[in-house]
Amino acid sequence: MENNKIKELERKAKIIREGILNCIGIDKKGHLGGSMSSADLVTALYFYKMRINPENPDDPERDRFILSKGHSVLAQYAALSELGYFSKSELKRTKEFGSFLQGHPEVRTPGIEANTGSLGQGLSIGVGMALAAKLDSKNYRVYVILGDGELCEGQIWEAITCASFYNLDNLVAIVDYNQMQASGPIKERYNTGDIKAKFEAFGWKAWEIDGHNMTDIIVALDKTEQVKNFPSAIIAYTIKGKGVSFAENNYSFHNNSLTQEQYEQACKDIASI
Amino acid sequence: MKIENLREAYGKELLAVAREDSRVVALDADLCGSTMTIFMEKEMPERFFEMGIAEQNMVSVAAGLSLSGKIPFVNSFSVFAAGQPYNQIRQGVALPNLNVRIIGSSCGLSDAGDGATHQSVEDIAIMRAIPNMAVIVPVDAEETRKVVRASLQHQGPIYIRITRSLLPALTNRHTEFKIGKMLCLAEGLDITVFATGIMVFKALQAREILSKKGISVRVINVSTIKPLNIEEIFKYTKGVKGIVTAEEHSIIGGLGSAVVEALCDMKIPIKIVGIQDQFGQSAGTHEELLEYYGLTAQSIIEKVEALL
Repeated sequence: MENNKIKELERKAKIIREGILNCIGIDKKGHLGGSMSSADLVTALYFYKMRINPENPDDPERDRFILSKGHSVLAQYAALSELGYFSKSELKRTKEFGSFLQGHPEVRTPGIEANTGSLGQGLSIGVGMALAAKLDSKNYRVYVILGDGELCEGQIWEAITCASFYNLDNLVAIVDYNQMQASGPIKERYNTGDIKAKFEAFGWKAWEIDGHNMTDIIVALDKTEQVKNFPSAIIAYTIKGKGVSFAENNYSFHNNSLTQEQYEQACKDIASI
Repeated sequence: MKIENLREAYGKELLAVAREDSRVVALDADLCGSTMTIFMEKEMPERFFEMGIAEQNMVSVAAGLSLSGKIPFVNSFSVFAAGQPYNQIRQGVALPNLNVRIIGSSCGLSDAGDGATHQSVEDIAIMRAIPNMAVIVPVDAEETRKVVRASLQHQGPIYIRITRSLLPALTNRHTEFKIGKMLCLAEGLDITVFATGIMVFKALQAREILSKKGISVRVINVSTIKPLNIEEIFKYTKGVKGIVTAEEHSIIGGLGSAVVEALCDMKIPIKIVGIQDQFGQSAGTHEELLEYYGLTAQSIIEKVEALL
């Protein structure tokens, strides 16, 4: 990939992070940490990999993206508004009464493909979409971003088993591996162990990458398209709160509000990326 | 009276509608020989998905299929179909109002031998409490076929409760069926019995006995428990001295509760026949259990007489 295309994607990722801050605002609670950690992954999917058409959100041939870790939806809202699914002015109304930008993803929001938020369900929904693609002989691909804390949910492993049983090579799971759950680092709280080895043991092709390195991300996404008969997993090492100095690797910003000073600092931090 | 197998009627009608409508797909959790999706598996294996014994995944996969334009029928025993994947149904299916059909087979106490773990006494309550979810209990094999067919035209999720026991045919192919519509099976002036599922036939038996005592009972088959047809509840309540409801389900949250909710502003006495907040247990026959838990024509007779 040419250098200037990478630069352009990095510039988009910056816009997504600004959008996340726009959603959170001042003195309003928001899931900053996980949204920032998944921002580069979400950017690569929406602005590089996926075949989508904001003019025709229901195009049956479109690629599908499900944010199974639904609390990171601020990154998705930022991306969808940047693509024109809805006005950017809506972002600041996120989680307000009457806004279609709910606290967690709902299909009533243009561009959102599935309702998620109660963790553990998104990969199964992706399996259903991937099965439908096979059944209808369609070429669309299904991308699901999972959280690492979410991997504790048993249903995730039901879905992982199911996807390999049905040879869903049109399904890609991306783990936003920020190693930090809501109440602390996974190593101290509840460690699900060697994720790549587990995916492989369940019959998937799996890669570990730097989830903030745009070249790494797009190379891995491209690789998944070469795989036949197996679903693909990308374990993306990320940093919770990435880009916001005081929130990086700080689980207290899993879902927290920003003071005026913190908000301004966060904007400065993002601007200087 | 012709005795028929509702599960088989379901399985065969599912195959019939699948032949006509390419959107129809079936998912099963290793019970296809019992839920009777086996007919579909045999004829169109590509549209039958064995999901293994993983009901949570099965329901969310169905959500994904529905979001891709399919009409998935999700199958298991009612206790596993409605209980195990509760939140998957709630968030993934009902909240986005998807056209997923959840089939709760071997409902109520009808899996007599397997005992409490396999008997659903609270599934109607759980499903009924979820916004957007319709709840239907077919009364016989013919109505089961009509429910399957009508479900294709319904917008939103449906929970369909199907018994393992053979039941007498109370309707025929000319009987009108619409989701949300009740069926008056027998007229009467003194008391109206709103019954569902296996208890409809028991209510008709009770009516026969009571009529010999000079008591006139109207019997209404309520197959659509949600959305409950409030106008029809009022219509069939008007002029009678009291109401009895009858269901093979806990008295908490089922048909009785729904009728009481509908009539809470009316000055009319209501009695509920149902399971008294208990779990089931193993028995040699379904009838033995119905007898033990008071789900009998005699119980209905006693409630009717108590109202007069």
